Amino acid sequence: MRHLRTASSLTALALVALPLAACGGGDGGTADDAFKAHLKDRGPITYVQGKVNDNATHGIIDKWNKLHPEEKVTLKEQTDEADQQHDDLVRNFDAKNADYDVVSVDLVWTAEFAAKGYLQPLKGDLAVDTDGLLDSAVKGAQYNGVQYASPTTSDGGMLYYRTDLVKTPPTTWAELFAACDIARQAKIDCYAGQFNKYEGLTVNASEAINGAGGSIVAEDGKTPTVDSPEAAEGLQVLVDGFKNGDIPKSAITYTEEEGRAAFQAGKLLFLRNWPYVYGLASGEASSKVKGKFSVAPLPGLDGVGASTLGGHNTAISAFSDNKATAIDFVNFLASEEIQKDYMEKGSLAPIRADVYQDPALVKKYPYLPTLLTSIENAVARPITPFYQAVTKAIQDNSYAALKGDKTSEEAVKDMAAAIKAASGQ
Amino acid sequence: MNNNASGSTAPAPARRRLARRRARGSSLDPHETRRALLLVAPAVAVLALVIGYPVARAVYMSFQADQHLDENGVFVEGGFAGLDNYKHWLLQRCGDVACPPGSTGSSFWEVVWITLFFTVVTVTIELVLGFWFAMIMNGKFRGRGLVRAAVLIPWAIPTAVTAKLWYFIFSYDGIINNLFNSQVLWFGDKWAARSAIIVSDVWKTTPFMALLILAGLQLIADDVYEAAKVDGASPWQRFWSITVPLVKPAVVVALLFRTLDVLRMYDLPQIMTGGGAGDGNDTTTLSILVINEIRNGFNSAAALSTLTFLLVFGVAFLFIKFLGASATGAEGKAKR
Repeated sequence: MRHLRTASSLTALALVALPLAACGGGDGGTADDAFKAHLKDRGPITYVQGKVNDNATHGIIDKWNKLHPEEKVTLKEQTDEADQQHDDLVRNFDAKNADYDVVSVDLVWTAEFAAKGYLQPLKGDLAVDTDGLLDSAVKGAQYNGVQYASPTTSDGGMLYYRTDLVKTPPTTWAELFAACDIARQAKIDCYAGQFNKYEGLTVNASEAINGAGGSIVAEDGKTPTVDSPEAAEGLQVLVDGFKNGDIPKSAITYTEEEGRAAFQAGKLLFLRNWPYVYGLASGEASSKVKGKFSVAPLPGLDGVGASTLGGHNTAISAFSDNKATAIDFVNFLASEEIQKDYMEKGSLAPIRADVYQDPALVKKYPYLPTLLTSIENAVARPITPFYQAVTKAIQDNSYAALKGDKTSEEAVKDMAAAIKAASGQ
Repeated sequence: MNNNASGSTAPAPARRRLARRRARGSSLDPHETRRALLLVAPAVAVLALVIGYPVARAVYMSFQADQHLDENGVFVEGGFAGLDNYKHWLLQRCGDVACPPGSTGSSFWEVVWITLFFTVVTVTIELVLGFWFAMIMNGKFRGRGLVRAAVLIPWAIPTAVTAKLWYFIFSYDGIINNLFNSQVLWFGDKWAARSAIIVSDVWKTTPFMALLILAGLQLIADDVYEAAKVDGASPWQRFWSITVPLVKPAVVVALLFRTLDVLRMYDLPQIMTGGGAGDGNDTTTLSILVINEIRNGFNSAAALSTLTFLLVFGVAFLFIKFLGASATGAEGKAKR
């Protein structure tokens, strides 16, 4: 009896709610209307980014506010978690909120947000000043040939190596694995990157594929190009490394931190990681490799490899009420002075080549020239509105290949098929 | 159906009120019914808005096709999709082809199986351990209060912290591998990763089970046992003939809560393995799949969450139907 009553009241609820749901489906004005509005308007704006855990951002915003008392920027911090930042942005854009004027977007979200009409195309009055910016970083903020954001900070992978064991760093995979005998004699592991099944694996697999001349998705953001002999050959390098023990078995569970811990404990000859490791491995008291390591560009199949581009872009919300102020602020973040602030105070990699050559900075951060080479040769992860599905396709299939469950050829074939299915073709 | 007899004999107002009270509100006169409805209406409206609307919207969306790119690379609405989204999961069809490895659709049945596996194994272990702990805590001994409080600690720790804790314990250079001098890749191998998750979940939620069962045990009056002793029942007979049947309502509620919990388990495997290990998806639960799919922004996520809802609802229904679980405890009381 009681259940019957519950069931009938649930039905009643559904009857009340269904018409509401039907209303929610429709869509008001088109994105184009939003793009044309408020282009010349000025006033206070809100800048949204993930939780500030550097010492630069607050000072940079203070600098702007001192210079522009009439057009103050308010900082809105999101959580620490990238996924939650993404979801928060989507919710606000979806509601066409004017609360967010300028937003910091992870590189891999740019295409998705652009395709959904959330981001103001940066052309005409709102063009980005790309003078002096690194080419790869500028390209990483484009979708379908249109600039949708401006690069703000960059990042690139580097090869950390032990200078006490290896005199000249390897420039190709063959050279790197040839040096593994040294590791065996020293009774340590040879090479590791990030091979756990998470975003880091996408980064490492893309590097292997791009470094061998392959690619993953075409410029239209939906056609897979990964089913190629080059891509398979690139992936095979890592597969072989696992098979013959040059990459330790445990590396299949490594994220950035496990690899760093192994390297700092002196248990690893070569490590692929981001620049943040440099400061920690040379500064932390527990580090056993202090003064005994250096960095080199990532190896490729025949020459310098292709790092995966990291970093953040800054974009303008299509629903902002003060777009003229917003673009000034975006260009301000990319200016030389601010880029130096990001590097000096926040250790965030600049997007201007000249900052990397600043003698004072190079003295403080000796890895800067190497990082510049890395970023100049860097390739962005697939620029596609279906990024979440594409990264899953890469992760699942390259993980299976690394574990020896399928061949590299099968892996890239399945990757292509999964990308195709995800983009609805 | 207790349209009560005593109220219909046109009694004095006082008797009528008494009768009404006895009938516990199920025989209000029309006037009072209207007032009751009026009083309940705001709550019903709020519920319809905050529960009914999202559920109905999810079901509606599950019949809509995904957005796709037009020739300018801009998303456009997909329109009505019929049962395509359900076919995507149940038949693992991606458009006209079978879902290739590395697409979310390809892993549906495997994920359902993994979720059910976790449910059966962890709940069974927790039931046995929980019962045992409850029996111990039900005894009379010095420091009983302290023990009861101490047992609760794992349950009081937030799941995310528990997950991170066990993540470190099971890591390659972690305590477990050091203790047993082993080199198990706890988060790389299928069964190792699953065991690690089961151990963590059991550690975390056995106290909850124990506490609910303890509450049931406390309701059994001591004189029942004394009477049985006088009749010469052995401890074993007392356990099976008195403790088990009398504690059953509490146990069933505990089982129901835990079963539903594990069916929606997300944070523990997500933090410990990210759903990985084995072939890359061997610790992915239904909730992890739902969240990933929602992030993808696909409408098939709505179909998936509807399917998950149906599964959880079905299990809860079976529990109530066959084991007589009642979350409020009212039915258990009525039976006794």
